[in-house]
Amino acid sequence: MSVLQLEVVTPDTTVVSAEVEMVVCPGVQGEFGVLPNHVSMLSALKIGDLRYRVNGKDEHVFISGGFADVNNNVMSVLAESAEKAADIDTARAQSAKERAEKRLAAKDDKVDTVRAESSLQRAIMRLNIARG
Amino acid sequence: MPSLKDVKMKIVGVGKTKQITKAMNMVASAKLRGAQSRIERFRPYAAKYHDVLAELSSKVEGSAHPLLAEHEEKKNCAIILVTSDRGLCGSFNGNIIAAALKLAKEKSEQGMKVHFSCVGKKGRDAVRHSEYELGTSYADRMGSIDFALANAVAQEVIHGYEAMDFDEAWLVYGEFISMGQQPPKALCLLPLKAPEVEAQDEVPAEKGPKCDYLYEPREDKLLAELLPRYVNVQVYRGLLDTSASEHAARMAAMDNATRNCNELINTLTLIYNKTRQASITSELIDIVGGAEALNG
Repeated sequence: MSVLQLEVVTPDTTVVSAEVEMVVCPGVQGEFGVLPNHVSMLSALKIGDLRYRVNGKDEHVFISGGFADVNNNVMSVLAESAEKAADIDTARAQSAKERAEKRLAAKDDKVDTVRAESSLQRAIMRLNIARG
Repeated sequence: MPSLKDVKMKIVGVGKTKQITKAMNMVASAKLRGAQSRIERFRPYAAKYHDVLAELSSKVEGSAHPLLAEHEEKKNCAIILVTSDRGLCGSFNGNIIAAALKLAKEKSEQGMKVHFSCVGKKGRDAVRHSEYELGTSYADRMGSIDFALANAVAQEVIHGYEAMDFDEAWLVYGEFISMGQQPPKALCLLPLKAPEVEAQDEVPAEKGPKCDYLYEPREDKLLAELLPRYVNVQVYRGLLDTSASEHAARMAAMDNATRNCNELINTLTLIYNKTRQASITSELIDIVGGAEALNG
């Protein structure tokens, strides 16, 4: 049986490089799963939880959007930042969440709402993944 | 003839300078190693981006995206100048700044108004003293560059380009080729030239029939997502390269300085010994002369 090679890379490092049985990605048009021998595809991803299965065990990785490229049983996920569930800094995510909430609550015209919202989204997603 | 004490003090002074330059050399070499490994780690990301974008842009017709389109009337040009924050690295910053100012001159001769934005103190200071307009500048960030910084820098020109405030955008930085070579490089960021599929891709893949890619969302929408990020990737590369080049240039400069210190110490020691010898000789002449006078 063929396997799928998963590579999760960020500008600073390669987060995951492993042979996996299945990957579930948060695509911009909804979650999708990728199994070995998947047709070549390119998809944009949103902030979310990327799951992959090795030896029947599920692993979770936080990704802050990006895109995924599947070709010849190699899946590359390019994200601006990505962290394995165990590596997430919950204290930092918690404080980022509070900061973003405060900024949104302030209802000030100067606040960049779009940025605050996406940072809030990232923080919540990080916390969710870290808690499992 | 300088006095013995002056020369001695000078030797001590040069010796202390030598210690400093030697220490700076070692610090720079440690930092260079870090910067080089960051470039290594970034390479797979950049390479993948390049491949994917090349593949995708060959599928989408013409200038389907505002960042690819060339503006008909060119009035404003943005130049992002990336230099180091600190000096003592030879002619490194000077070369980059000279390249940037040359580019700026070319552009203003073509009738464009040049807007600078700077990363690094040295470049900012140079632009302040030139006749060109200085926009945003990021000082004291070269020690802690990250993707967020590249993002901030790139977003500004991207928004400017889309709003027609800029009609061209260039990035001037120190390219890291090797330990001995860090030439300044000017890269045209916008209008974006989509990377082309490399020639080696023409060799047909042997793993079964090549089927078409599945795109989600549609090609042109995906391209719209990817193109601005490609600008970020290029800016980030410029930052990383400049940082590595800076350390390499500083290493070379400090190595030179240490060598010069050694040379100077040698010369000064020679002078010191000569002076000492001269004073001993003149004292001896005095003593011998005195003795002769008593005997005679």
